[in-house]
Amino acid sequence: MATAEHIAEPLPNGPAWACILAAGIGCAALGLLVDLAEAFKGVSNALSFYHPTGDLSGKTIVAILIWIIAWAILHARWKHRSIQSPGKIMAASLILILIALIAVFPPFFEFFAAD
Amino acid sequence: MEMSSREIWTALHGMVLGAAFLPAFTGGFITLWDLRSGSITIEGARRSARRLIVWTWTMAVLAWLTVIVGTYVVYPWYRAKPPAGTTGAALANYPRNLLLSSPRTADWHEFGMEWKEHVAWLAPILATAVAFVVTRYRGQLAMDLHVRRALLVLYGLAFFTAAWAGLLGALINKAAPTR
Repeated sequence: MATAEHIAEPLPNGPAWACILAAGIGCAALGLLVDLAEAFKGVSNALSFYHPTGDLSGKTIVAILIWIIAWAILHARWKHRSIQSPGKIMAASLILILIALIAVFPPFFEFFAAD
Repeated sequence: MEMSSREIWTALHGMVLGAAFLPAFTGGFITLWDLRSGSITIEGARRSARRLIVWTWTMAVLAWLTVIVGTYVVYPWYRAKPPAGTTGAALANYPRNLLLSSPRTADWHEFGMEWKEHVAWLAPILATAVAFVVTRYRGQLAMDLHVRRALLVLYGLAFFTAAWAGLLGALINKAAPTR
């Protein structure tokens, strides 16, 4: 059976958790941008990077940038760490993804709709 | 059987890329699920990891292609504004306005498209995270239960968000086809 002794030098799991948490941050960033664009016409206009697509272009591009930056920062901080109790990181990641799922649900973000 | 270029792109976005997404997810999920140290040899873990890399990157690439084609090719056609005074059957070439022209169909846009266009973008982020971790750790994943569980959750969520967006898209396209 596969055991730790069979791997010459197991890689620390810090980068794995950095990647997972960063994915949660990226998803939550998209949700936040959706709600901000709904609430403030100026934000929506500012996020219209590509006119035929409207503010969807800016929401997604900015969210991806936030995801990649968060990933780079977390990876740099955790790349040599072995995280023994990743429960909090997993919980935080799931909460961030849940926030994203709620934030992009139309009956929720329509609460913020600018008149 | 003639299809317009818009119909071809819409079919590519929803049916071709979406259909390929399903076996990629299934293969990856089952392989990741079976990657448990109690039931696998070292060589088995290595072989599973190689397959897993192929499945997860295939799913990630398909997810990116789907949302990019959808957002930058199909969506502009969907939301194009008709000339002032366009009504009735003439709205057929302007799906968004066609849906909004009647209270019976407005929710397909206000609820369906508004949900689909955003939730779909979670899929490539989550799928890419899984593919990266799988590539970096390979067979070592067999020994890390917590990371493996996290990947299963992210992979499942990536599938759920993409599948839900795909279903909404199919129903919206039925109500107001992109021609």
